[in-house]
Amino acid sequence: MKPGYVRRFSPVERLLHWANAAGFFFLLVTGLILYLPRLSMLVSRRQTIQGIHFWGGVGWLATLAVVIVLGGRRLLATARELDTFDRDDLRWLRGRGAPQGRFNAGQKINAILTAAFTILFGVSGLLLWFGEQDTRYRFASTVILHDGLMYVSLLLLVGHLYLALIHPATRHALRGMTLGSVSSEWASRHHAKWRPE
Amino acid sequence: MTEPLPGPGPDQEPRRYGRGIFLATVAGGISSLYWGKAAWDHVTGVISPVANAIAPILPSGGWRIYTISGHMPVFDPSSWRLKIGGLVEQPVSLTYDELLALPHVEQVSTFHCVTGWTVDHVHWGGVRLGDVLARARPQASGHALRFVSMEVPYVDYLTTRQASLHDVMLAYEMDGKPLPREHGAPVRLIIPEMYGYKNVKWLQGIDVVPRAGSGYWENLGYDRDAWVGRSNGYGA
Repeated sequence: MKPGYVRRFSPVERLLHWANAAGFFFLLVTGLILYLPRLSMLVSRRQTIQGIHFWGGVGWLATLAVVIVLGGRRLLATARELDTFDRDDLRWLRGRGAPQGRFNAGQKINAILTAAFTILFGVSGLLLWFGEQDTRYRFASTVILHDGLMYVSLLLLVGHLYLALIHPATRHALRGMTLGSVSSEWASRHHAKWRPE
Repeated sequence: MTEPLPGPGPDQEPRRYGRGIFLATVAGGISSLYWGKAAWDHVTGVISPVANAIAPILPSGGWRIYTISGHMPVFDPSSWRLKIGGLVEQPVSLTYDELLALPHVEQVSTFHCVTGWTVDHVHWGGVRLGDVLARARPQASGHALRFVSMEVPYVDYLTTRQASLHDVMLAYEMDGKPLPREHGAPVRLIIPEMYGYKNVKWLQGIDVVPRAGSGYWENLGYDRDAWVGRSNGYGA
């Protein structure tokens, strides 16, 4: 590691992040072809796209499961960090500014919601797929849940991309998710309570 | 004055809120399978003046386009015909212009898909099914109609009783414009009382048959009598 830099994300954390990102974008594109009439018309092979979208989703969940198993204890420790909120986190969420650990409270909530949405995308997607074959799996609201998740996820994603790519104060964080390390000077400003190993 | 401790101090006991947020989100999402549509209908009811104003600029307008084959049918006015046959006195083959020359009707109705989405206030223009059938003079032994799509092998059936509901029509206009390709150009069946899969798109033939058979989706387990809210596992 370059001097003056500290490691923020382990290889398995980065793998989980990018596997999730790749799967999300693949499903977003194939899903929008099914969702937007303009695109449906252009492609006009609904059965094929629907199959690709469904099996892409199955592949996405399976990949995440494999990475999580690979990560084992290391990811469990990460999950514990994300699970824990202290007074400073609550202060930070109220916009009062407080020293933060390796993850700030916003990042924790983003990660928690992303994980919960993954489960819900999976459940509603399976129900849509099997509901087409059997009325026992059909609920009037499945499609609303699946679409709603897409809209909320897009909002989270736009905010996430803004902070990671554009906002000058935070975009240095992208380096942590690509190369794994961030400058210790930046870390001490943004994550004052974090003690890198 | 002390240095802030790296770990939690006595006044900042960490709490495991994360799992609570996670479980509440998952539970809320799963339970929305039961209340999501009602809640959404309520919300759209409240915001519908706004929603109607912005609907034209939204990309989907609430529609999703379902096809069953690899290729969406293309309408060619020079070769397309609507053929009325089967148990009729006089088989008829209508060109697009002949179809347009029949008495024109318009209606505003709601379109329900069996998967749960709905498009309100769709403005349809076209002809009454009865006006088309009358030209072929169906025989008394025909108790059902088979609607044949250009999208092979899509067919569906209505009993003659269902087909005589007052707002059943063959629509060649939607929201003031010729029916778009993805909605079944040049003409589709509209029966607002039934789910979308009975509203056959890309129509090319209507056959009078002795009794109703199973259409494309009915062969995959959907109900023949696809009444909105009273079939396919919905309602009683």
